[in-house]
Amino acid sequence: MNPAVRAEGLSKRFGRFVAVDRLDLSISKGEIVGFIGPNGAGKSTTIRLLCGLLKPTAGRACVAGFDVAREPDAVREHIGYMSQKFSLYPDLTVRENLRFFGGLYRVPRRDIEVRMAQAIAMAGLQGREDALVQTLAGGWKQRLALGCAILHRPPVLFLDEPTSGVEPEARRHFWDLIHQLASEGVTILVSTHYMDEAEYCNRIALIDAGRLVAIGSPGELRRRELGGALFELECSPLGAALVALRQVPEVIDAAIFGDRLHVLLRQPAAAEGLPALLARHGIVAGPPHGITPSLEDVFVQLVSRPHAAVRA
Amino acid sequence: MFERLHVMLVKEFLELRRDRWAMVRLIVPLLIQALVFGYAATFTVNHVATVVLDLDRSQASRTLVSHFAANGRFDIVEMAATQQAVTHAIDTGRAVVAIVIHAGFAAKLANGRSAPLAIAVDGTNSNTALIALGYVSLIVARFEAEAMAHGWPVPGETASSGADVPLQERPWFNQGLDDRWFFIPGVIGTLTLIQVVSLTALAVVREREVGTLEQIMVSPIRPFEFILGKTVPFFLIGLGDVVLVTVFGVLWFGIPFVGSPLVMLLGSSLFLLAALGLGLLLSTLARTQQQAFALNFFLVNPFFILSGFAFPIAAMPPVLQWFTLINPLRYFLVVIRAVFLKGVGIDVLWPDLLAMGALGAGMLALSVLRFRKSLD
Ligand SMILES: Nc1ncnc2c1ncn2[C@@H]1O[C@H](COP(=O)(O)OP(=O)(O)OP(=O)(O)O)[C@@H](O)[C@H]1O
Ligand SMILES: [Mg+2]
Repeated sequence: MNPAVRAEGLSKRFGRFVAVDRLDLSISKGEIVGFIGPNGAGKSTTIRLLCGLLKPTAGRACVAGFDVAREPDAVREHIGYMSQKFSLYPDLTVRENLRFFGGLYRVPRRDIEVRMAQAIAMAGLQGREDALVQTLAGGWKQRLALGCAILHRPPVLFLDEPTSGVEPEARRHFWDLIHQLASEGVTILVSTHYMDEAEYCNRIALIDAGRLVAIGSPGELRRRELGGALFELECSPLGAALVALRQVPEVIDAAIFGDRLHVLLRQPAAAEGLPALLARHGIVAGPPHGITPSLEDVFVQLVSRPHAAVRA
Repeated sequence: MFERLHVMLVKEFLELRRDRWAMVRLIVPLLIQALVFGYAATFTVNHVATVVLDLDRSQASRTLVSHFAANGRFDIVEMAATQQAVTHAIDTGRAVVAIVIHAGFAAKLANGRSAPLAIAVDGTNSNTALIALGYVSLIVARFEAEAMAHGWPVPGETASSGADVPLQERPWFNQGLDDRWFFIPGVIGTLTLIQVVSLTALAVVREREVGTLEQIMVSPIRPFEFILGKTVPFFLIGLGDVVLVTVFGVLWFGIPFVGSPLVMLLGSSLFLLAALGLGLLLSTLARTQQQAFALNFFLVNPFFILSGFAFPIAAMPPVLQWFTLINPLRYFLVVIRAVFLKGVGIDVLWPDLLAMGALGAGMLALSVLRFRKSLD
């Protein structure tokens, strides 16, 4: 089956600045892909390229089976988009906003009332249909924006930091909605700054300086992307231990984490020899034990190292 | 097909209605500006301080002086005895205009020869002086006419050259020489242009700033649907402006409306097309409302100055005259003044109407073209 979203060598320059750099991406139907990266990495730009809001400098993209450059109107009919900025009309009511976006997508008249009621229920706004949007709190606003974006039942949904600035409770609620949509077959590309949200995605695409640095499920990324096994080591003094360990060929990297060290080893077997090795430098060390890296460990590691080819 | 346009329009009017101060903001400045222009922007000068030196001391010369005194435009502040006293009065600023009637004025007038009359004006306020000079010639002309009627033998041939002051041309269709008649129609065009351009530009840029523009552009809406939805409300507001100031000018200032309301409507519609196009074009150039505001100010001022509103286009350097050709306000002022004061129709005004239509179509087309690009 064709992927719901496919990008090949997608690039975008603003003047001489490369915001998106030869990005390849393939998302299958019903998948939730999380877009993660530091500020200015090019997440929003990529999403806007995929929506047809920007013209790529090079490369091509297919969304919902249509070529974004050649059939932009067909693409627009089949996608929902929530921009990074909250973008409903603050001086219109809940219902007026819904009717407006329903009309923009020409939702059939016989469906619109039902779908509006569904969107209102989904956002938890029953009884507040005639409230001005500017009077709603963050979480309700975001859910309403999602409701507006899916009124025309798009098979592909682009959400650009939909939960930024929303309190944790409302964020969880929002992610429940995303999962429900995905279970109905909607394909979702969602960018976020929150690491905990990355765990909710089927796959994570890590983007840095316009390039796709890594892509895979949270588990895969944790296992594979560090390129070794992570051990925690109690020892003293920490500084001398760090210097000594970095000279050992088996050690990829070592870093201080609180009152202990995190040591990344090429082979797990090498861990046993570490206390003895450190003892020769006059350092007292406890037994090392293997730990599961957090996604944050992985991202910090990936973003700080010079960019290698994408690992898929 | 009309569904998207329909929801766009509904949304625009809802937003306008929800903005409780919108109507006040739209109407009050318009009326205030019409009042200010009506009362202040006028070339009429009254009570010009005048010094008179009558060296003839004849009945004729006294009659001429009394004409000046009675007119109301001139206040005779001094009857000087010598030329030095005249010079002093002008130099010290006590008088702006000096009228010197030389000896032999009556005799020469009686002989039908050119009667010597010298007018001096204080050139430091050249506007007032020039206008005053215009009145002087009017008064002198009237005096001549009277002189003939009173039996001073003034031969017909020399009657028009009787005084050494060239007669300034009077505007034909403004018999009262009332500048308000000239200005208020101009005010309609100017105020409408300012309001429509800024409203249109700010409305689009505000959507860009808020982010709703991106949300709209990602939908399958066509540029012309968006642009129609955005402009129709302001078109109606612009027409409202025209009607409001017209009615105000007629009722408050008593300006005659001689022409056909239909020609006025046609002219206004074409003019509004150009104004809306300009506003949209401006909105594609500005990222923020502040930028739009600055651009608007930057653009509308030259449009105003180079429109013939106050400064005659024929007196401008050629480069600026060329620029006036792409200025919709220039054509609208011609149309609106002609309809108001002369009552002429399409048969005369078609070149101006055509020019506005072409400018409007061109600017709208350009803004549609620029529109998609402006998101990049
Ligand atoms: N229209 C534009 N013109 C010039 N540069 C731009 C434009 N849009 C984005 N950029 C630049 O491209 C880079 C990527 O921007 P983008 O908004 O895609 O980042 P992002 O990953 O979404 O960041 P954030 O997490 O802050 O939203 C940034 O450096 C930004 O300044
Ligand atoms: Mg972004």
